[in-house]
Amino acid sequence: MAAWTDISGIRQKIADSSAEEVTASYIETIGKSKINGFTTLSDEAINTAREIDTNGHEGPLAGVPIAIKENISTKGLSTTCSSKILQGYVPPYDAHVIERLKAAGAVILGKTNMDEFAMGTSTESSHYGPTFNPWDMDRVPGGSSGGSAAVVAAGEAPVSLGSDTGGSVRCPAAYCGVVGLKPTYGCISRYGLISYANSLEQIGPLATNVADIATIMDVVAGYDKRDSTSINRENTYSDALKDDVKGMKIGVPEEYFGEGIDEKVEKAAWDAIGKYEDMGATYEKVSMPHTKYALASYYIIAMSEASSNLARFDGTRYGYRVDGDNWHVMASKTRAEGFGDEVKRRILLGTYALSAGYHDKYYLKALKVRTLVKQDFDKALANVDVLMGPTMPAPAFKIGEKIDDPLSLYLADVNTVPINLAGVPSISVPCGLADGMPVGLQIIGKHFDENTIIKAAYSFEQNTDHNKARPPEVA
Amino acid sequence: MITKEEVEHVGWLARIEIDAKESDAYAEKLNSVLGYFGQLDEVDTEGVEPTYHVADIVNVFRKDEVTGSMPQEEVLANTEHKQEGNFKSPKIM
Repeated sequence: MAAWTDISGIRQKIADSSAEEVTASYIETIGKSKINGFTTLSDEAINTAREIDTNGHEGPLAGVPIAIKENISTKGLSTTCSSKILQGYVPPYDAHVIERLKAAGAVILGKTNMDEFAMGTSTESSHYGPTFNPWDMDRVPGGSSGGSAAVVAAGEAPVSLGSDTGGSVRCPAAYCGVVGLKPTYGCISRYGLISYANSLEQIGPLATNVADIATIMDVVAGYDKRDSTSINRENTYSDALKDDVKGMKIGVPEEYFGEGIDEKVEKAAWDAIGKYEDMGATYEKVSMPHTKYALASYYIIAMSEASSNLARFDGTRYGYRVDGDNWHVMASKTRAEGFGDEVKRRILLGTYALSAGYHDKYYLKALKVRTLVKQDFDKALANVDVLMGPTMPAPAFKIGEKIDDPLSLYLADVNTVPINLAGVPSISVPCGLADGMPVGLQIIGKHFDENTIIKAAYSFEQNTDHNKARPPEVA
Repeated sequence: MITKEEVEHVGWLARIEIDAKESDAYAEKLNSVLGYFGQLDEVDTEGVEPTYHVADIVNVFRKDEVTGSMPQEEVLANTEHKQEGNFKSPKIM
């Protein structure tokens, strides 16, 4: 079976042969993988596919295989956030998105690698070792949902779910040449998503094409009372799959083409915007003056929330435990051995930023700057329909290049984190290659206006060949 | 600037054991990040309200109804450290 088949192609294949055959072919492809994208394969996948063949299934994803990021709870299937501290943890319940996928007939292939606790841009900090970029095995796939992007790019799964706290769906989508959506905050229930920075993160789909993103959104988005930030709002995402950007007003934030941007990335993004003009849209440059402060604000908020969210991993109820004479010693030793360096750094910085004497200087200040960043979006999006720019300022970097210098890794997130601070939706679509590596175009929309960015992304895909580019080994 | 003593203190607050040999290396990396965070001092935030989250919701209430809960054995399934239906840990006090 050809890799890079889309959902409609898979459904046709199932109709012509069987769901079992389709799932078996993916399992066979995964078995030959060299990219270390999957961490755990589900023993149930083939049985689920057989049941669908035997009993039939009316769901929109009947028999469609999907890969799930390591931080999304799957009942009976290991969920470790790629961390030693959750070694052996098997959730007793499904996340909301998993319930929805199962009800729609999806076949969960397994779990995908990530930066430990989603804290990274490269998928190098995983306890399972790094994932490799299918376009160049010497390069990172991006992160933190690096496994979810790489397996789709390598044809090991047609679609996947990741999570995006500061770019963790869009960055690996851009680096691996696939499509990734970060929905509006509150769009998809976070019930069962293991929290890192809960005011910033959303689960999001990755796929080889925009139509599949809309199909997955139609299944997983929607209200869930178990997430108190879930918004009750009906929407049909696939209604937006129209090739029509005539009259669409595009804002191009000049700050997204700032210092340090790769020339070829810059050219690819401008070529894409030129293409939109050819297709009938107009663009204007806009300024979002607080963009340069978004990174510091984001990292302070994310680390502060992480220091609280990750307090639960103490060896008491699940996962790794190091014995100690009393609970405090046990917890301190467990966390010292169980967490990796970057996770420990972020918890320490977050604890420091929230501690007496520093709370106002760091945490409160960051929250006020967040307000200014959000106001930049409100103002810019009042006059245009969407904002566009490069998802990442440069193509995927080499494995090992930045891992010892946390700050240089953080700087790679400059164009993605402002979106999470504002809570607006954003989609990354392939827009060309720079020195043989994929470049992503980021399309940002208004709160809950996913349909406009999906329409913009779909139109671009219909009028260009960028999403047909494949990694060298995936013909 | 965060000192190595402060790193060890914050480590204790966060319940992450940091020994004296590691604290220098931590202090160096944490200081490089804190130095970067210092740029926020340039931003005038006089009169600006903090944004804790962006969801357009204030209070979320539900009826106080009794619903089912997870069976005890499933709750305890992920640890060997249990006794008579409870999690077992070393003494806290």
